[in-house]
Amino acid sequence: MKKLFLILAGVTALFLAYASYLALKVAPTDALQGDVYRIIYYHVPSAWTAFLLFFINFIASVQYLARTKASLQKAVQWLVLAIGVIGVIATFLPQVQALLPTGMRPSAVATTVVAFPAFYFLLGWKFPGDRMDMLALTAAEVGVVFCTIVLVTGPIWARPVWGIWWAPGDIRLTSTLVLWLIYVSYLVLRRFSNSAQTQIIAAALAVFGALDVPLVYFSIWFFRTQHPQPVIGGGGSMDPRMLHTLLTSWMAFLCFAFLVCWSRFRLELLKREAEQAEAMESLVGAGTAAKASVPLSRSAR
Amino acid sequence: MNSFKFLVAAYVATWLIHTFYIGTLFSRYRRLRQSLKELGKRK
Repeated sequence: MKKLFLILAGVTALFLAYASYLALKVAPTDALQGDVYRIIYYHVPSAWTAFLLFFINFIASVQYLARTKASLQKAVQWLVLAIGVIGVIATFLPQVQALLPTGMRPSAVATTVVAFPAFYFLLGWKFPGDRMDMLALTAAEVGVVFCTIVLVTGPIWARPVWGIWWAPGDIRLTSTLVLWLIYVSYLVLRRFSNSAQTQIIAAALAVFGALDVPLVYFSIWFFRTQHPQPVIGGGGSMDPRMLHTLLTSWMAFLCFAFLVCWSRFRLELLKREAEQAEAMESLVGAGTAAKASVPLSRSAR
Repeated sequence: MNSFKFLVAAYVATWLIHTFYIGTLFSRYRRLRQSLKELGKRK
């Protein structure tokens, strides 16, 4: 396992180096913005990776909550299946297509809808029992790291292009900041609460927090914002070399995120094993102390 | 537009954040190994 991790880490490092080479050398310079536009090769893939990780956190949290009752688990499974089937059929109805923003392809919406049951059943199968909660925590923590990068690189790009670091009131910017705050509070809750209900409360918070992800994503489709309008799938056009670089960069960051999540998951696994061992030790210690105190108490009687 | 320094700043900031996070993972891992070792010794 360690060998596989090292091999993957090496491949990912090479992939990231190649993506950076494409971003800095191969992709053409933007006619209006100059070289500073190259920030998008880190900013956009980080945002997409953060969205994916928050989506995984959402699915894992729903699964975790559903597992609290067998009947609820069955009901949620049917509901997820229904969302998948009805959602795909609905995206091809002309009435529903009329509601989609200009340039958004129904096939892209259908793929996103299908991802929901696909991820739900795949994760449910791969992460049994308490591991689902560990996955939710891992995805949230790594997602916050990527979201932080989005919030840092965005203003660095905005300063030379817009002349300001931040556009107050811009819905894309504000909703992203709110998303970051929601998941930071999720992590704070996980870190500092010792209640037996922490995992359930955190899962419920994650389910509500995930509602902000579509708002962030679609804000530039439905509202006029200072933030650039969608280029990919939004009716805009992009030089094929730029698109190739962007997608390569995203793939490289996805591999990197996978490795970081793997490490974080292993750490959580080890932490829970240590907690269990400690609890067992204190239980054994308490048992020994109780045995030792029996003759004493009898003699006291 | 002298924007190159902003490009460098964004790339450096990205890797600084990732390095910092991976550093915290390493330190947490080391602390955990240490406490597991101590637990093993007590047994």
